[in-house]
Amino acid sequence: MMKPKMKSFKMQTKSQDSAYPTVWKKSPFIKNDFLRWLVFLCIALYLAAALGTMDIDLNRIKEGLPRAQRFLDSFFPPNFADNRGVVWEGIAESIWMAIISTVAGIALSIPVGLGAARNLAPAWVYLICRGIIAASRTFPEIILAIFAVKLFGFGPFAGFVALALGTIGFYAKLLAEDIENSSPSQAEAVKATGASWFQWVNYSIQPQVMPRMIGLSVYRLDINFRESAVVGIVGGGGIGATLNTAFSRYEFDTAAAILLIIILIVMVLEYASSFLRKWVQ
Amino acid sequence: MPTYQTSAGESWKHRTSREQWIRWFFWLIGISIIAYAWQMISEKTVWFFVVDAPSQAADIASRMVPPKWSYLNKLWKPVWDTLNIATLGTVIAMVIAAPVAFAAARNTTPNIFVRTLALFIIVSSRSVNSLIWALILVFILGPGVLAGTIAIGLRSVGFCAKLIYESIEEIDRTQVEAIEATGASGPQKMIFGILPQVLPTIAGVAIYRWDINIRESTILGLVGAGGIGLQLNGSLNTLAWTQVSMILLVILFTVFISEWVSAKVRGAII
Repeated sequence: MMKPKMKSFKMQTKSQDSAYPTVWKKSPFIKNDFLRWLVFLCIALYLAAALGTMDIDLNRIKEGLPRAQRFLDSFFPPNFADNRGVVWEGIAESIWMAIISTVAGIALSIPVGLGAARNLAPAWVYLICRGIIAASRTFPEIILAIFAVKLFGFGPFAGFVALALGTIGFYAKLLAEDIENSSPSQAEAVKATGASWFQWVNYSIQPQVMPRMIGLSVYRLDINFRESAVVGIVGGGGIGATLNTAFSRYEFDTAAAILLIIILIVMVLEYASSFLRKWVQ
Repeated sequence: MPTYQTSAGESWKHRTSREQWIRWFFWLIGISIIAYAWQMISEKTVWFFVVDAPSQAADIASRMVPPKWSYLNKLWKPVWDTLNIATLGTVIAMVIAAPVAFAAARNTTPNIFVRTLALFIIVSSRSVNSLIWALILVFILGPGVLAGTIAIGLRSVGFCAKLIYESIEEIDRTQVEAIEATGASGPQKMIFGILPQVLPTIAGVAIYRWDINIRESTILGLVGAGGIGLQLNGSLNTLAWTQVSMILLVILFTVFISEWVSAKVRGAII
């Protein structure tokens, strides 16, 4: 047991005379010296090239720094008082939007997720559902929101549609993976009782994936709330619209207040989700 | 085992009546919240536009095909910028996230204040979307790739640090003790006892986040922070739908490639 493990360490002696090595050196990540340096060289070259295109304009930054100072100063103290009504309205809208889009998204994800599980669905259903998931995952919620706004007009409905579509890619994928990883013996046992397809899914698959799925739905609620803060930038309603207005009116103290409220709500949601996950398990 | 009577005798059911009632009660609460939320949303919706949506969708779709293939030549530079934003942003994130993670993990944190501070950094970085970070940074640094890179970096810190600190908390204590027994100092313990255990996680998280960042950096241009989003925004504003569809195709392709690369690399590491 010991021997092969020792082999991976490279012993190095300080002087050739001493019989026992006295200094230990970590074995390198890549054994071949040439390959290792080649990899390092490539990384260095890429970083240099990438940094080159950054066009870091030192003068612009120097000019920007006092501006940044003033800018950050205008964030403090956060102003909760003025615009209170609008801010709370935006927050409430975001929360409703997050809830409804999570529910609708999950309702849509369940059939897609069932279809995207290898062990449940025939090949053609599998391919279609995987395609839906891939399409939904590729485009960030913002791009979905841009199109939703074009189609449904400004307001929370567009944000709701964008977030619900975004939820499918996330939730259906994880649901499908969870179903694929579920224990086949339970599924077989239920099937052996002569259960119909729905009974089979309901009594053998559903109990196995439920705990994780509940945790994930709270997590997705959290994500949707956070995303609802940005779909407003492109006209999708919610607190993002309020935040964007605060920025364009240079009311940075209000913007700071909004950001703090978002952080606080996300923190609460995070605690709630970890609590719920413990409770479910 | 809960049962109920049928004409043929006792039969099995899933739950007792009491459990069933409690369940119905929670469903009732849940559904009323959802109904209320829906009401709030639909109040602010102009239904005329929603009803109109299918014909609008058909109209836009007809304007989007065929994609303007010749526009591809102008997209190489933005795609390169997008890749750089994602990669350098991930590098920035990892550099900041590693110490934050060690400060946040219960078993490596120096004291409770540092831990609280680290947790606050993680949560605030995670709660503020990269688009909002970019919005702020464009004000400070001026529009361009740099603002986007830093925005992506700041946004990713929370995600990376959270996953890394969770894995630090789950390390095997015995290995650290073994290193400790050789008389190693604090930093040595960290480098030789803890780091090797979490290194696969760190690498995996970096790749995973890079993949997400590619997706996120495609939209940063909407607020002027560089990348392909700049072209997307321009094309959307000028209603150049054939260019929009070309850009979306390029994004689709880039994301597909990055997902494939990330899956391959993660498979090789773990």
